[in-house]
This record gives sequence, C-alpha cells and structure tokens, in this order.
Amino acid sequence: MKIGFYPGCSVDGGSREYKESCRALAKAYGIELESVPDWNCCGASAAHNLNRELALALPARILSLAEKAGMTDLLVPCAACYNRLMLTQHELMKDETLRKNISEVTGLEFKGTCSILNVVHWIQKWILPELPEKIKKPFDYKVACYYGCLLVRPHKVLKFDRPEDPQSLDEVMKLIGATPVDWAFKTECCGAGLSVSKTDVVADLSGKIVRDAVYRQADALIVACPMCHSNLDMRRREINGYLKQNVSLPVIYVTQAIGLALGIDRKELGLHRHFVPVNLPEKAEATK
Amino acid sequence: MSHHEPLIRDSLSGKVLMNTEVKAERCYQCGKCSAGCPVVDQMDIPPSQLLRLLQTEIPSNDEKILRSHTIWLCLNCEMCIGRCPMEVDIPPMMDFLRSESIRRKMVNPKAGNIIAFHRSFLESIRYTGRLFELGLVLSYKSKTFHLFQDAGLAPEMIAKGKLGFIPERIKKVADMKRIFSRTLKKGVQS
Repeated sequence: MKIGFYPGCSVDGGSREYKESCRALAKAYGIELESVPDWNCCGASAAHNLNRELALALPARILSLAEKAGMTDLLVPCAACYNRLMLTQHELMKDETLRKNISEVTGLEFKGTCSILNVVHWIQKWILPELPEKIKKPFDYKVACYYGCLLVRPHKVLKFDRPEDPQSLDEVMKLIGATPVDWAFKTECCGAGLSVSKTDVVADLSGKIVRDAVYRQADALIVACPMCHSNLDMRRREINGYLKQNVSLPVIYVTQAIGLALGIDRKELGLHRHFVPVNLPEKAEATK
Repeated sequence: MSHHEPLIRDSLSGKVLMNTEVKAERCYQCGKCSAGCPVVDQMDIPPSQLLRLLQTEIPSNDEKILRSHTIWLCLNCEMCIGRCPMEVDIPPMMDFLRSESIRRKMVNPKAGNIIAFHRSFLESIRYTGRLFELGLVLSYKSKTFHLFQDAGLAPEMIAKGKLGFIPERIKKVADMKRIFSRTLKKGVQS
C-alpha cells in the first residue's frame, strides 16, 4: 500500500528523527510512504509574514504535484507544513479567481483533490485499526500530550476534534498503554517561528509548557510537530535558564512512542538524535 | 452602510477589509484576544487595542499600528481567532499589516531581527526550492551581526546528525524563480 508523503524541510533536515519514526511505523504496517516528486518548501511563517500570494503559491505547487502523481491521501507530519497546505487548499477552493491566479503563478493546475492528513489523522486512519494486536511492550508512562497551535487552529479550517482541550492524541496514547495527564498547556504556543530571531521569547513560552508538564508529573512530553520538538528539546538549555533548574523531561514524537510500543529499535526511531536524552523510568525497560 | 463597515475606504481599516475580508469594526472590545495572546506582555499595543485604533480610522492611529512592534511579534498561533466571539480573524490581518508596514516603510526598528530571519529564509528557498538550515542561520547572522548566537548548538547538532552541509536543490528550480518573480513585489525583497 502506497500513500503520499510530504516531509517538508525540517522533517527532512534537523528533525529527521520524525521522518525516521514515521517511516519505521509505516514499514511495520507494510505501508510505503511515497514522497511528492520534486517537492519544495511550503514557505512556513516567513512567506505569509511577508507576502500572501507567495504563501499560497508555494503550497499550491506541492499540492498540484501530489495531485499529478495521483496521490489521494497525503501525510504531512510537520504541523506547520500541514497548516499551510490546509489553509492554501481551503483558500483556493473557496475562491475561483484566486485559484486561477495562483495556478497562473505556479504554472500548474490545482484541483484540490488531495486529502491532507496530519500525523494524528494518519495514525487514526492507517495505524489504529491493527494497533492492539501489534503492541509488544505497552508504553506504560504518564504523558503530557502537547498539541501546540498549528495542528488545531484555526478550527474552522482544520476541524481538529476540539480547539481548547483536544483529545485525539490523548486517545492514541491511551491505546498504547500510556496515561495522559490533565494539564493546562496542551494548545499554548511554543514560540515557533521566533526560535532564532527572538530566542528569549521562546525560552519563556516553551519554559512554561515544560514546567507545567513537570508539575503534573509527566514522564514525557508527546509532540506531533518538529517546530514544537526543536523548541522544547533543542532549546532546553535556554528553557532551563528561564526556569532556573535543570529539567530532564524528554520530548517524544507520537510516532516514536508508538514505535517503542511496537518494539521497534530505538535507533530506527531516531531516539539517539534528541538533545534531552530519552531515559524513561525503569519499569518499561524491565519488560524488554 | 452598517457600523460593521469601515467608513473611509482609504483608511487602514478599509484596506484590511479589502485585502483580507476582516472586519475590524465587528470587535466590541471584550479583550479575549489580548487575554489569550502568548506574547501580549512583549507587545507595545495589545491586539484588542490595535483593533480599537483601527476602528477610529484616524490617520495618526493607522500610522501607530503600522509602526508598532506588535504586528511583528504576532506568532500567528491563532489563539485569538480561536476565542473571538465575533470571529475577527486577527492572524491574516496581521499578515496584511506587516506587508503594508514594509510597503509604507514604517517598520518598527525592533523588528529588524525578525524580518532579517524571514528574508534569509525566503532567500534560501528561492534559489534551491528547499530550506537549507545551515545556510539560513549563516545568512541571518550576516544580516544581523549576531555571529556567535547559537554557535554552541552546532557541534551537538552535527554529532546527532541533525545538520546538513550541502543544500538540497529541487529539479525544477525554475519553478521557484517563476513563483518568486510573480509574487514578490518591490519592497518585500531584501
């Protein structure tokens, strides 16, 4: 079984463990993730901060190429790319003139036929059905599921389960044996696009997220976005500075957590690439 | 004309409506956007107050908005629209205000780093089609003279296989040239 795959620049680069764990999970299910041929960057925050047409044209090219390749389901693991692709599809489908103008810019026809899936929706559709019988080692930890912004908002377009207290990621984690904690920062922003240009703001916003997860006694933060991951993991030194303490709470992609429950090798899941070592409490290591 | 329409077409509020379909006039100042905004404490004008300034349609207030630090700090996290009872879609409005601020040469001096980062980002994808992270950081540093910022991250990123040294180039780079030349107008380019 083949499905379309748009890795995006950061999942293809600095956050490659996210791609590795998506691929490992797909492999365990006999799914082949086929990359959009000759894909380009979606433009991220930079494009829509400076120019609206550019911010629509870059994702439009990706979607047109995926359509041309006959992809119906398109997995977009990065929440930021997912958000840009969804908003572009939404804007172009509701306005024919805009659609024509943007097609003129890209030189490619745009039909809007791709079903764009974020990682949680992909898991729900493709991974959950056979999950219970595949579990080798329940992921028996307390987890704080962090959804961030771009996966859940704007609700009108993305239609994620619910905007203030989303549940789907918590439900997935329960199915692999985890206990999601009730906490207050599920959909607060980590600082995302200001990671380099305003690092102090990021330390503050991400620091509050990490602090609450620790306060609720979570063993790990579960994420579904490479921006969130790099802010919460790679920026831990700045976060620790902000919190005035050293926090060892690991940040794990949902795909890595499922992978561990399926007994997939840690290295195949890219767990060695994290800045904050993924050392989970003894109990699960004992059942290995 | 209802009170939900700007009175003056040329006012900033009128332009916001024309370009983004956002009706600033709908805001009744409940303040939920400002209460939920994660960066409000860094802003010079909270989002709800920015909407109030827009509603006045007074040129000096329009200018105050375009010169504000606020429009550049907005993360487009969409918390405000998630909670707005009147569905005033602030994030696309902020996108428009930023491009208008550049067009009218009113960019807040404190926004230099943020714009430098966005421009370095776009330059990177303009020539290769994909983001080259190392190139982005180096270009940003050369624009802002923050030469040593994050230098400590590099060795660990390399050790963990997170930092590539060779930019990936898409096959049809000509497509990027086409897209950029047809969308970016004067004033947005660096």
